[in-house]
Amino acid sequence: MIRVIFAEWRKLRRPTLFLGTIGAALFFTGLTSTFLYLMIDSAQGNSDRGRQVSREMLQLAGGSVYGFASVGGLLGIIALCVFAAQTAQEYTYGTLRNLLVRQPGRIRILVGKLIAMKIFALIMIAISAAVSIAISYFLSDKAKVSTELWFTSDGFHEIGKTLLNVAISVVYFGIIGMVLGLLLRSPISAISIGVLWILIIENLLGAVKPVFLKWMPGNQLTTIAQGGSPDISYSHALTLGTSYVLVGAIVATVLFSRRDVAN
Amino acid sequence: MTSIAISAKDLSKKYDSGFAVSHANFEVPLGTICGFVGPNGAGKTTTIRMLLGLITPTGGTAEVLGESITHPEKYLSRVGAMIEGPAFYPALSGEENLKVLATLGGFPIERVGELIKTVGLEGRGDSKYKTYSLGMKQRLGIAAALLPQPRVLILDEPTNGLDPEGIQEVRDLLKKLASEGTTVFVSSHLLSELELISEYIVMLRKGEVVFAGPIQDLFLMQQPFILVKTDSQSDLQKIIELAQADGHKATIRSEVAHIEGPAEWAGILNRKAFEAGILITQLSPQMPNLEETFFEMTGDRK
Repeated sequence: MIRVIFAEWRKLRRPTLFLGTIGAALFFTGLTSTFLYLMIDSAQGNSDRGRQVSREMLQLAGGSVYGFASVGGLLGIIALCVFAAQTAQEYTYGTLRNLLVRQPGRIRILVGKLIAMKIFALIMIAISAAVSIAISYFLSDKAKVSTELWFTSDGFHEIGKTLLNVAISVVYFGIIGMVLGLLLRSPISAISIGVLWILIIENLLGAVKPVFLKWMPGNQLTTIAQGGSPDISYSHALTLGTSYVLVGAIVATVLFSRRDVAN
Repeated sequence: MTSIAISAKDLSKKYDSGFAVSHANFEVPLGTICGFVGPNGAGKTTTIRMLLGLITPTGGTAEVLGESITHPEKYLSRVGAMIEGPAFYPALSGEENLKVLATLGGFPIERVGELIKTVGLEGRGDSKYKTYSLGMKQRLGIAAALLPQPRVLILDEPTNGLDPEGIQEVRDLLKKLASEGTTVFVSSHLLSELELISEYIVMLRKGEVVFAGPIQDLFLMQQPFILVKTDSQSDLQKIIELAQADGHKATIRSEVAHIEGPAEWAGILNRKAFEAGILITQLSPQMPNLEETFFEMTGDRK
């Protein structure tokens, strides 16, 4: 197993992929965290879907990671793309046959790849969290937000809790990407279908009938990152999100372990 | 310990469209070079994939190094393979691609540098795979197959895209490996190349094994033949009639008379042609070669 993780890491650490992914994560993190403070008095809102996050909310113990929690869904989509591409490319490049000749244990290959990609995602999350907290801290003064409670024990507890929630959300998004990659065997199809569903179709369905959002997988995972939302409770999102991910993972694993490798 | 490197018993793979491989039976002794030949779509790659545990057979069994192909983990650490051409990550260098596989297989990373030299990619190992020519990609594929210091080496078209010098290098490399005890199971369209190096042949046609055994046995099954050219088509026809009158099977292929018969009969034919006033411009007794035999046995002559 450890050999699979190290082998996968050799692919993940290449500069264009590693720095490109971290760069994209930092761009969205920076943008979200900056808007939260710079547009604090804007009538158009300072958070996603035009929501208003007040000074009072940002001054709470969890204020330092509010921006980071808001970007969790976008970090998840980045993870979905990376996991999907890294999995599906083995089919398009024909490299899966090389991997399976060197490591015939298919489940081992799958789990090893997943662990390596989880490590990659956790690094991305840790860097994004640090940058988001730093931006929040530096902009708090300008936005007249007190940071008194941010670095108390309650504040650190909130940071830890948010990190965990974002990590669960991002890894779940990644697993969905991996499942799509295994099922569709094409990076372009896997990424486009995944992103289209989460960013467009779920929102369209939600606009038609808001109650749908309570059952949509992408929305559950975003809600996990945010630690719950006014419309969906954290426990509902976690239970439903975990169920979706589990079902997808089981189907993909069974298919992967039994399917002939003919390309 | 078994003396057989690869054996297949009634090995079959059936798809909805029919059998890709049907009841294949063959054995490849340890330490030999075995040519695996057949027309396109004959089932060579499917057979190779089944031997490597990539495709599950729908019938029959096979063993590699005495282990059943249902448990590829028991033998693949001693098997090197290149299937249907090289396949690597374009954004990684050749060296890094090999390191991925070396890490995965638990082979020493230092071996990567040695293999880069062995296959003649010295100086280009750190270039990205996507910048490689077809020949270089092929060389990298062979290097990857050699990573485990294999006891059985399975190569699917290893000389594709190589220049004549490269082909000769691969031929020498395979001979060297076989002399060191490695069993080489190699498919190629270059039958003349296979004939030069193979001691064994497995021949497939439409998913069925039409021959499996020592290459000499294959040639013994074939008749020697005589090629005859004349000045005119009518003379060629007369040559065919003379041969058939003497009980020899004769046909015209590409304006050349192709007569089955031993080399000694060429002199008799020459005399008979002279007496009949036929001017022979070329008379050439031939021993069967792999290419001719292949066409005869697979019926794949275009």
